[in-house]
Amino acid sequence: MVKIAITSQGPTLDDHIDTRFGRAAGFIIIDPHAMTFDYLDNGACQVRGQGAGIQAAETVARAGAEAVLTGYVGPKAFKALSAAGIKIGADLHDVTVREAVRQFNEGRITWTDRANR
Amino acid sequence: MIVAIASGKGGTGKTLTAASLVRTWAGPVVAVDLDVEVPNLHLFLNPRITGRQPAFLQVPVVDNAKCDRCGRCADFCQFRALSVLGATVMVFDQMCHGCGGCKDLCPQGAITWGSRELGEIAWGGIGDDHFLMGRLRVGEAMSPPLMRAVKTRLKEWTPAAHSDVIIDAPPGVSCPAINAVMDSDVIVLVTDPTPFGLFDLTLAYKAFVPLNKPLAVVINRDGIGGEAVDTFCRAHRLPVLARIPYDLQIAAAYAGGRIIAEQANVYWTLFSNLGDQLRMLGPEGRQVGYA
Repeated sequence: MVKIAITSQGPTLDDHIDTRFGRAAGFIIIDPHAMTFDYLDNGACQVRGQGAGIQAAETVARAGAEAVLTGYVGPKAFKALSAAGIKIGADLHDVTVREAVRQFNEGRITWTDRANR
Repeated sequence: MIVAIASGKGGTGKTLTAASLVRTWAGPVVAVDLDVEVPNLHLFLNPRITGRQPAFLQVPVVDNAKCDRCGRCADFCQFRALSVLGATVMVFDQMCHGCGGCKDLCPQGAITWGSRELGEIAWGGIGDDHFLMGRLRVGEAMSPPLMRAVKTRLKEWTPAAHSDVIIDAPPGVSCPAINAVMDSDVIVLVTDPTPFGLFDLTLAYKAFVPLNKPLAVVINRDGIGGEAVDTFCRAHRLPVLARIPYDLQIAAAYAGGRIIAEQANVYWTLFSNLGDQLRMLGPEGRQVGYA
């Protein structure tokens, strides 16, 4: 079973993508074919001084995600996700989680090989 | 004695005060710029720099051949400088505060020390007096480790020279400001008599009172604003040791990199008196019962 992580502003598929990776409100961990999912709250990371991106990378790696769909990924989070072998689809904005999954299923995600600046 | 020139608010006149206090100080003195993010005391004191050296922080290096990914180091680190990801432990050394806990905890002995450059320490002379400063490396996020390196260098120096020390501290009330004032005998809070000045003076007062050191206030740009800073100082028994007037001549001299005490006799007297009063607040002054 493939699992992907999507940064989300809320716990449902109709919530919008949270464009911040490390400081996202939460992560939807979803099987994109069966559309079954869990929501992981990331509230503690939103108030973290430093290291939110690294912590978030650990969270999605532990959840077993093979890919992340989000808006911006900073350099430390990028390094951490890459080390964990997780693919990164960045630059998603103004879409719902459901729409992001649709783009993933249709093979329209561009995988990035560098952090956002 | 060690005098720290601090403030809550930036731009109140810490460096202006420190430079003139150094210039008029009775006896040998070491001028120390601990505002390592933006050091500027040297622009006024024009020291002859006679030495400089880079400063480093010890940061962990993980031997992935010895590491068994137990994760104790990563769980321990509050700054996420270490992270177990996939088959490796990653080190984000720019997050590391150098505490050494990870190395002590590692059951496999897989952690050794590497180093991160923090910046530079420079030292020299001003006439018969001494000068010391730190300058943070561009891109370095933490100033306290470099400040500690500057203070270590200072300790190697002062006992031999029997000098007093005047520290130009960074603004604010967070770790860098606390690190700059924590070893001092007296803390001078420079403020201006405006609502902004009062707000940040109040923060600085609250932050520094628990250090149990004599606090004193210098009001800069005296004559603008209102009475609120004076009212606050009276209510909290904070002595106002000097008032620097709001004066175009001072602004012009400061902008030209000149020392205010040298601009007029009244200013020389103002800072020289400030020094006398600070010495009474110091350990020796208190011993003979002045304060």
